[in-house]
Amino acid sequence: MSASMSEPGLRRLEPFRAIFRGYPAAAAGLVGVVICALIALLAPVLAPQNPFNQNELDIMNGLLPPMGEMMDGSVSLLGTDAVGRDILSAVMYGMRTSLLVAILSVSIGMVVGVVLGLVATMRGGWVDAIIMRAVDLTVSFPGVLLALMLLAVFGSGVDKVIFALAIGIWAQNARLVRAVGLSEMKKDYIAAARIGGISDLRIMFHFLLPNAISPVLVILPMAISGAIVAEATLSFLGVGVPITEPSLGLLISNGNDYLLSGRWWISVVPGLVLVLMVLSINVVADRLRDHANPYLQAKG
Amino acid sequence: MMSFVLRRPGQSAILLLIMSVLVFAGMYVISDPVAVMAGEDATQADRQALAAALGLDRPLPVQYLTFLGNILRGDFGTSFVYGRPVLDLIFERLPATLEVVFLAMVLGLAFGIPMGIYSGLNRKKPATKLISMVTTIGYSIPNFWQALLFILIFAVWLRVLPATGRGPTTEFLGMQLSLLNPEGLRYMLLPAANLGVALICMQTRLARSGTQEVMYQDYMMFARAKGIAPPRLIGRHLLRNILIPIVTITALELGTLIAFSTVTETVFSWPGIGKLLLDAIYRSDRPVVVAYMILITLMFVLINLVADIIYAILDPRIRYS
Repeated sequence: MSASMSEPGLRRLEPFRAIFRGYPAAAAGLVGVVICALIALLAPVLAPQNPFNQNELDIMNGLLPPMGEMMDGSVSLLGTDAVGRDILSAVMYGMRTSLLVAILSVSIGMVVGVVLGLVATMRGGWVDAIIMRAVDLTVSFPGVLLALMLLAVFGSGVDKVIFALAIGIWAQNARLVRAVGLSEMKKDYIAAARIGGISDLRIMFHFLLPNAISPVLVILPMAISGAIVAEATLSFLGVGVPITEPSLGLLISNGNDYLLSGRWWISVVPGLVLVLMVLSINVVADRLRDHANPYLQAKG
Repeated sequence: MMSFVLRRPGQSAILLLIMSVLVFAGMYVISDPVAVMAGEDATQADRQALAAALGLDRPLPVQYLTFLGNILRGDFGTSFVYGRPVLDLIFERLPATLEVVFLAMVLGLAFGIPMGIYSGLNRKKPATKLISMVTTIGYSIPNFWQALLFILIFAVWLRVLPATGRGPTTEFLGMQLSLLNPEGLRYMLLPAANLGVALICMQTRLARSGTQEVMYQDYMMFARAKGIAPPRLIGRHLLRNILIPIVTITALELGTLIAFSTVTETVFSWPGIGKLLLDAIYRSDRPVVVAYMILITLMFVLINLVADIIYAILDPRIRYS
C-alpha cells in the first residue's frame, strides 16, 4: 500500500533528482536549503527558549561561552549573549526574520517587475520609455546603497526594509522580461492571437507571460540569497529591522561590541549560519542556472 | 557618433534632475524637518516661526527651486551636528575613502589576475580546485561579517594589525593620506582587504575565463609554435589580451566599492564619507544625508555616462541603435 502511494510521488520527483545527480556540492546545498527552511518554519517548536520573551531571560545567564551551564542546570549549546539570551534560539528566530524579509521583498519585486516588464513590451512607445528609464535609474545604484538611502529617508522597520529591497529587485526583473518579451512579440503565435482578436490583457498574461518568465525564475534563488545578505547588511548597520524582531544581521551587530573582549560566539555563530544559508542557496542556484542553460547542458 | 555623445549627457542631466526631485520630496515633504528641529515641547508659534525662518511656509515649487539653486551653487547647507558646511565635511573625508578603495583595487588586481591565469592554464590541478572553492566561498561571505572575522583573527587573536581607526597620516597635496605613512598603512590593510576580497574573487573569474578563451586563439598557437618561452608568452601575449576587459570592469566597480565602503568604514571606524553618512543617519543630520545622496548620484551617473560613451566608441553597433 505504502509503496504504491509513494511511487507516483517519487516518479514526479525524478526529473528534479536528475538535476542534482552527479553534483554533490549542489545536492548538499539543497539539503542545507531544506534544513534552513525547516528551522525557520519550526523555530518556536525547536528552540530551547523563546529569546524575545523577557520572562524567560535571566541576566545571570549572560555571556556564557558555548556549552556553558545555565542557572537552571541546562547547557547552552552555542553560548548566550549579554542579557542571557540563548544564541541557538536567537539564531533560529533570526533565520525566520531573515528568510521572511528576503522572500517577501523578492516576491514583491518579482511581481511588480514582471508586470511592468510585460506592460512595457505590450504598450511600447512612451509607456515603455518611462518604465525603462525608471529601470535605468534604479539599476545604476548598487542595491544595498539604494536601500540604505531609502531607509535614511523613510526610517527603519521590517515593512520598510522589504519595500526598500523590492525597489532594487523589480528593475532587473522588468529588464529581463522585456528583453525576452520583445523577441517573443515578433513570433507568429502572438500575431495569430492578435488577428484572432484576443484582448491585450489576455495576450499579456496567457501568451507572453509563460514564455517570458523563465529567465526571471532562473535568477530567483540568487535574488533571494542577495536579499538575505542585503537585509543582514542593513540590519547590521542599524537601519534595518527593529530590535524586537532581530534578523541574523542584527544578532551579528549585537555581538560586535563583545568581539574585542574575545567573546566571539555572539557574532560568529549567527554569521556562520548566515554564510551557510547563503552558500547553500548559491550552489543550488548555480546548478539550476547551468541546468537551464541548454548550451552547457549539451556540452556536458 | 557625435550625436550619441551629445545625446547621452542630456539623458544623464534629466536623470539627475529626477533624482533631485525625489531627494527633495523624500527629505523635505515626507519627513517634517520642523518637527525634528523644534522638538516635542515647541509651541505652535515657535513652529511657525521656525518654518518661516527655513522658508518652509512658501509653496512647494518655490522651495524646490531654492533647494536646486543652492545645490547648483555648491551650497549644501550646514551640518546640524558639526556646524560646518556639508561640502567641506565631505571633501575632508573623501581622501580617506578613496585611498582605501584604491588599495582594495590594487589588492584585487595583484591577487586576482595571477590566480585567474593559473586556474585558466591548469584546469585540472588541485590548486585550481582550491582557488575555485575559495572564490565561491569568498562571494558568499557577507562583507560586514568578513570584516568582523578579520578583526577577530588579526587584531584579537593574532594581535598583528590594529582593529579600528585610521592611525597616523602624511600630508600630500593638501590631503591627509595613510597610504604614504608606514604606520598608517598598517591601519589600512584590514579595511582595504575587506573591500578587496570581492574584487579578488571577481577578477579571478574574469582572468580565468579570459585565459581559457585566449589560449586557443590562432595567434597564441602561432606564438607557441614560434617557440616563445612561456613567461613571455603569458606576460606579453596572454596578459595584454585579457587585461582590457578586467581593467574596464574594475574601473566600473569603483562605484560599488565606494557604496560598500559605508559598511567597511563603519566596522573599522575608518573616518571616510561612508562612516560620515551612517553617523548622519543615526543623528538625523539631514543636510549631510542629502548632500551625500546628491553627490553619490552624480558620481554614479558620471560613471555610467563615461562607460556608455567608451562602449559606443569601441562598439559601433551601439551608436546607431
